[in-house]
Parts: sequence; C-alpha cells; structure tokens
Amino acid sequence: MRIELEIWRQDGPGDQGRFERHVVDDATPEMSLLELLDRLNDQIAEVGGAPVQFESDCREGACGACGVTVDGVPHGPVANTPSCRQHLRAFGAVTTLRIEPLRSAAFPVIRDLVVDRRSLDRVIEAGGHVDIATGTAPDADSLLVTTDDAELALDFAACIGCGACVAACPNGAAHLFAGAKLAHLALIPHGKLERDRRARAVGERLEEEFGPCSSYGACVEVCPAGIPLSAVAAVHRERLLGVLKPKRR
Amino acid sequence: MTTEAYRDEADDATTPVADPRPTAAPHWSVADGVLDGNAPTGDPHTAWDRRRTDYRLVNPANRPKLTVIVVGTGLAGAGAAAALGELGYNVECFTFHDAPRRAHSVAAQGGINAARGRKVDGDSLSRFVIDTLKGGDFRAREADVLRLAEESVRVIDHLQAIGAPFAREYGGQLATRSFGGVQVSRTYYTRGQTGQQLQVAASQALLRQVARGTVNLHTRTEMLDLIVADGRAQGIITRDLVTGHVQAWGAHAVVLATGGYGSVFFHSTLAVNSNATATWRAHRRGALFASPSFVQFHPTALPVSSRWQSKTVLMSESLRNDGWIWVPMTPGDERHPNDIPEPERDYYLERRYPAYGNLTPRDIASRAARAEIVAGRGVGPLKNSVYLDFRDALNRLGRTVIAARYGNLFDMYRDVTGEDPYRQPMRIAPGAHFTMGGLWSDYDQMTSIPGLFVGGEAGNNYHGANRLGANSLLSACVDGWFTLPYSVPNWLAVLVGTPPLSPDAPEATVALEQVRRRSEQLIGNPGSQRPTQFHRRLGEILYAGCGVSRSEASLRRAVEQVWDLRVEFWADVRVGGSGAQLNQELERAWRVADFLELAELMVIDALDRTESCGAHFREEYAWPDGEARRNDDDWLSVSAWESTADGFVRHSEPLDFGLVPLQVRDYR
Repeated sequence: MRIELEIWRQDGPGDQGRFERHVVDDATPEMSLLELLDRLNDQIAEVGGAPVQFESDCREGACGACGVTVDGVPHGPVANTPSCRQHLRAFGAVTTLRIEPLRSAAFPVIRDLVVDRRSLDRVIEAGGHVDIATGTAPDADSLLVTTDDAELALDFAACIGCGACVAACPNGAAHLFAGAKLAHLALIPHGKLERDRRARAVGERLEEEFGPCSSYGACVEVCPAGIPLSAVAAVHRERLLGVLKPKRR
Repeated sequence: MTTEAYRDEADDATTPVADPRPTAAPHWSVADGVLDGNAPTGDPHTAWDRRRTDYRLVNPANRPKLTVIVVGTGLAGAGAAAALGELGYNVECFTFHDAPRRAHSVAAQGGINAARGRKVDGDSLSRFVIDTLKGGDFRAREADVLRLAEESVRVIDHLQAIGAPFAREYGGQLATRSFGGVQVSRTYYTRGQTGQQLQVAASQALLRQVARGTVNLHTRTEMLDLIVADGRAQGIITRDLVTGHVQAWGAHAVVLATGGYGSVFFHSTLAVNSNATATWRAHRRGALFASPSFVQFHPTALPVSSRWQSKTVLMSESLRNDGWIWVPMTPGDERHPNDIPEPERDYYLERRYPAYGNLTPRDIASRAARAEIVAGRGVGPLKNSVYLDFRDALNRLGRTVIAARYGNLFDMYRDVTGEDPYRQPMRIAPGAHFTMGGLWSDYDQMTSIPGLFVGGEAGNNYHGANRLGANSLLSACVDGWFTLPYSVPNWLAVLVGTPPLSPDAPEATVALEQVRRRSEQLIGNPGSQRPTQFHRRLGEILYAGCGVSRSEASLRRAVEQVWDLRVEFWADVRVGGSGAQLNQELERAWRVADFLELAELMVIDALDRTESCGAHFREEYAWPDGEARRNDDDWLSVSAWESTADGFVRHSEPLDFGLVPLQVRDYR
C-alpha cells in the first residue's frame, strides 16, 4: 500500500508549526496507525531527518497515551477506537492521511504530535477521587453493590483519559471525561458520601480550564471507551444535587 | 568465556566519568558467604505482625522533615507515594508519563488474587501460600509470600474503597474467578480491565495527596541515575523529558517502583516505553540484581504476524477458563480451523495435564505450546501459534454471556487480527511478559543499598521462577499500600534530625555530570541506526537464545551476540536532535543501552543456573517425559548479581521452606 501523509511538525510550544508531506510506499493492511508512524520514522531517520514525535505506550487501548487527529477526527476513521487500535485494513481504499495532534486550547502542543493533557489530571485533583485514608476501609463484602450498579459504574469507569472527547468537542468541553468520573464515583458505596462536594469542585475546575458543553455529542462518537452521553448529563445532575446541600469546605 | 576484566562504568561517585562503551567480553564469578533475607525468625504465621510491631516509628511532627523519593506511579509507586504522603512524609514522586494513570499496571486485564477464602471451594491462606510457592517452583522467599497472602485480604477492601468497581454477584457480594495454577476461585476482577480500574483508583488516590500538598508529583520526568553517598541511597538524577533539564534530588530514602523489564525482548506484552533504566542504574550503583533470567512467557499472547509489529498484544489468561486450546493432529494441516473435525484436533493441555487442563500454570502452558509449534503443528500464516477456541463455550453459554465475560478482549482480538473470534478460534502464542527477576531486596523490601527500597515488579521476592496469574496486581498493591508504608518509616526513623542530601553535594554533582555526558555521547554519536533497530535485534537474540527454553549452546551463542550488538550500538547508534527538548530518540537510546547491559546479565544468569525451574527451562535439565527438572541440592537459592570492575559476581540467598514442603511440581 502506498500512503501519502501530511504530518504536523512543530519544534516546540513556541513554534508556529506546519504540515510536512511524506510517502510510505510499503504500508501493509495489518499495520496500526501508530506502526505506520513507526515506519515513517524509520524512513525519515534513514535520510538523516528528525523522527516525528508522538505518544503511545501500551498499544492495547488501555493506557490512553496515544491520540492523534486523522483527517480531522480524533483517533482516526474507525469510530470509538483509540489510535493504537486503528488498523489500515479498516480504512478502506485510503491513499492519503492528514495527521495532526489532538487539537484543543486545553492541550498545548509540546512537540509535533505530542500535547500536554495535564488539564485532565487537574480535574481529578479537584475532586475526582474518594476521600479515604489507607487502612481504614471496611470489609468490601460488607457493603453490598448490586451487579447492575457495579456494571453501570464500570461502563463509566472505562474511560482511558485520552482526551479525544475534548479534542472532538467544538467547544473544547471536558464534560464526557468529568461526567464519567462523577457518575462512576456516585455509583460506588464510598464515593456516594461526598458526591455533592466532588461535583461542585469538579464543575468549577471544568469551567476554569475547558469550554462549556452544548450537548453536540461529538465526544461520544470518538470515545474509545464507549462512554455514553449520559455521562455529560451526570455533570449537570451531580452539580444540581450539590446545590441542594449546604456549601461547606 | 574470556577471563579478561570487564570494564564497568559505575565507578564510585568520585572517580572521573568512564566511557560506557564496552571494552572486553563479560565473565562472572561466585562470591563467598551468603545473603541474608532478614526475614523474621520463629512462627511464620505471626512473623509479619511481629515485624510490624518491631518497626521504629516517626513522630508525626518529624515526618514532614523527612523526604522520600518514589519513582514510578504504577500500583506499587502510586500506592507507596499516596500512603507515605498521607502519613505526613514529604514525598517527591516521579513518572516519565504525562499522567500517573498511564503506568503499565493499567494494562493488566485478568484480576487480583486474595486469600479471603469465602467460598466453600477449599481456599485458605495456607492454600494461597502453597499455590504461590509451588507455582514459583520454590524459588520465592516463603516469608514474603506469607506476608503477601496476609495483606491480600485487606488490600481488596482498600482498593474497592478508593473506587475500583469490582465485579459483583447478583446478591451484591464480590465475584471471583479462577486462574492458571490454581484449582480454587480466588481472583477478584473487573471485566477484562482489572489493572486499569485499580491503576486509575490508585492514581486518583495519589492525585488526592497532590491536591493536599503532601506529594509533589513530577510528570514527564525520568530517573537516570541513583545518588549513593555515605554508603546509602540519598537521591536520584532526573531528566525533564520536555525541557531536557537534568537535575539532582536529595532524599532520606528512595523507593523504586518502576516495573519489570520484559520489554528487553522488544516484542513483549509490556508497554513500548517500559524499561529497566532506573533499576539498572541502581544496580550499577551497587544494588544486587536477582534472577534476571526468570522471565515469564505469557501463554495467551497474540502471535507476531507482521514485519512492522511494534509489540505483542496480551489476551487475559482468564480466557483459558472457557476457551479450549488445541492444534491439528496433523502437522501442516492447512484447513480452516472450523473445518477440522473433533477427532483430528489435539487438546494437548487436557491430554497432558488432565487435573489442571487448560488451567495449568503459565510456564507449563507456554512450554507446551512451544513444543507443539516446534513439532510443526503450529497454526496461522507463520505456523507460530495455537488455537484458543470458544466454540463449545459459545454453544453452551451463548454469545451474550461470553461477551459479558470477555467482550473487550474479543474486540481487541478482532482489531488486531481482523478475524472474528466469535466465528473462528483465536490464535495465541507465548510472548515475553512478566519478569520475576529484579532488584534483590530483603524482607523489608530494602535493596543491598541501604535506604533504597523496591516495590512491585521492579523487585524479585514473591514469584520465584514463575508468577501465578493475578498475583502481580496483588504484589504491587500490597507493596505500595501495606508493606513499604511500614518498612520505609522504620528506615527513616534513624535519620530524624538530619537534612536530606544537598543537590550540590559532590556525589550528586558527579552523578549529574555522568548523566549529562552520557546523553551528549548518545546525541553526538556519528552512527546510522536508530535505537529501535538495536532493540529489535536484541529481542530476536533473546527469544532465540534465552526464551521459553534455553540450552547451554543457545545461551553461549546469545552471550556472544549480545556482546557484539552492544559494541555495534556504541559504534553506530544515531540519535540526532538536541538534548534540550522533547527527544524520544534519546529516551529510547539510553533505555536500549541499559537493556543491552541487562541482557548480558540475563543470559549469564541463565547459563550459570544449571537446572530447570519454572519459566527457566534448560533443555539439558528435564525429566524423561520432558518436564522441568529442578535441582534443589545445588540451586535452592536466589542468585543476586553484583557488577564489579572484574565482572559479574553472584551472591546467593539460600531459601528454606518451613510451611510448604519441597515437592515436584505436578499439574497432571
């Protein structure tokens, strides 16, 4: 397979950046998108150029490190699939691909296709956790959780934190990411206790660093973990529940 | 083997910077005396309780004055950093990832064992210890395994409390399943993403401490050296991967929780950035490296199928609960698997191990698969895999039930191979996976360098020569949350009132200079090959010479080949770019340089250990039926290696088993 690539190159955060054209002549259908970039980098290195910097780690769809924009779509043409699990065989008779970083004001570019996604962790720091001290947990079997609740919590907990939802959103909102977290923690026994405070803190952080949600649903189309749109609703619902509680910090 | 001196660049911190390029082929010798694991004497059942009571404590007012460095934010690192921060110590935590959640623990699928013994299937704390020691072929430290079993009970409670949504029965109780090497059901799980859920929960607990100001988290920062001063670990050297800034950090104790080195094989089930640099650099500073050749090959990895393939994808071992493993009876059978009738299929695990069948431990299953492949009965385009067939399970349970149990694994398989596992059998093959070797540590998880602790896969104690499924998440969690938070303060207690090492101390500045020089050497090297090319070739050498099975001949060949490759690396590696920016080629280069050194020791350890045990199968040491033959008379010990100016030196820690009598592993 011959594939023409337009790749975003940017030397550093201050650089303006540009697209660079390359051709990979020996691409194969079983290659993943990232293996195509590996192959491209070998080719670039052979002629003494600087390989394209991009992120990936587990390459199994669990770590959330990878994430590039392909022809305008975060992670690429196969819906709900992370970049590392996008394989050329699924792209049809594709001969050109335009690859650039995940685009969002909340994710500044570090170099080439690598972006800074720490804004997501700042949402978690604000309240995306359970307040419990080490060694104080009761017997996990003493707190019953129905299969349905556990499974529903898991549907939301499946988020891999890749940030594609933010990049897909015309507003740059992180409601799918944050809502998945709020919904997951609201469904498990310990997380329920502080859900009002959590929702308030997380909501405030979302407003500080990300855009507002207009329920476009673009996030859901790219989410590799298949987080449902109801996560977005969870942000509003959980915050509303918080409104009914006295404000104390 | 040549006896020429082996030049070592890890000189003590005050000597000038040495050239890391190799000058002479390696050799090894055996040290006098024995290593002491420092396990409590007396009744093993009360050992951990007594040790905890004996540990010195630190007054809460003194804790913020004591600095602990934790490297790694996987299950062991995040747990240790969060727990120590919560206790009030000043914690500096480092990860090369952009976020703590991305640590490779996230990719574990199957589950976490706990000796809770709630069901009436005969499980108990004792049985956990027996299974684990037997599974590890009696090359683990019994006292550590007992502590692991004991803490496994409350670790589940803690992880569930911090947010991991474990699978539940309809009545609301925790659900369990079985895993290889075990006939009871003691594995707690979260679909096929247990590691992800535990890792995300642990990193959230870590970020909670970051928000409270008790942990300073340094992301995209990689440890490149250890600072040893006054004979104890007092800090590390790091490189900021974005700016290239190299910096020294002083501390009262250093905890390495940096994971395993299975990625030395290039094609492994590990993440592509997993590496051995932190532990290897610590080794070069004097920390003994134990059992480097004990590498587990996972029996249910996907086969390598293309030239550009970047890694081997792992499928959870839990698939073996419902999928039957078979190969065609006739070598070279080209028929579609669905067209091969029942009588012409060989369910070789069921045939050879009727008692355990599909649930034989990993080393046995991997070796059996390799035997079939070598005998020409391998399947797939490259004839390098065996079938894992869900046909019967699908007929019996239906697609909905199977999808609920393994859906994400089936999807992943389809993504990778383009084949639908609901319609035709999966193809699987053994792939390099978990490393049982690592930095040697005593019962308190302190390495041979005082003040340097190790947790999770970076250490060596629990798994012996073969890790049982679902024991890795357990050991990482227990180390992080419930062992290091007791044993590290015991060490810190004697340092109350002393300042941490100044980053300007001579030991720090010399180490800093060495790291800078090494980077410059790599960037300026006038070579032509990318670091990755060397890594691929190293992997091929190791799979062939030090893989699922090894022989003296294959190992001697591998020693030579690794050596030649290492020489070629320093002569011809090309990095390019600058050291003052994000430079992934440079990151790979120093990791591969360290892998090349480690590989040398791996092969030597395998050559030196003239027996078969667990994952270390030496073809010369087998029973007549082909099963591994352990030699307890000569090898009832852990090999812990030191690098010296005169080559590698083996120290031995004798093992003794008070609770579980030595027995031949028999899973038939």
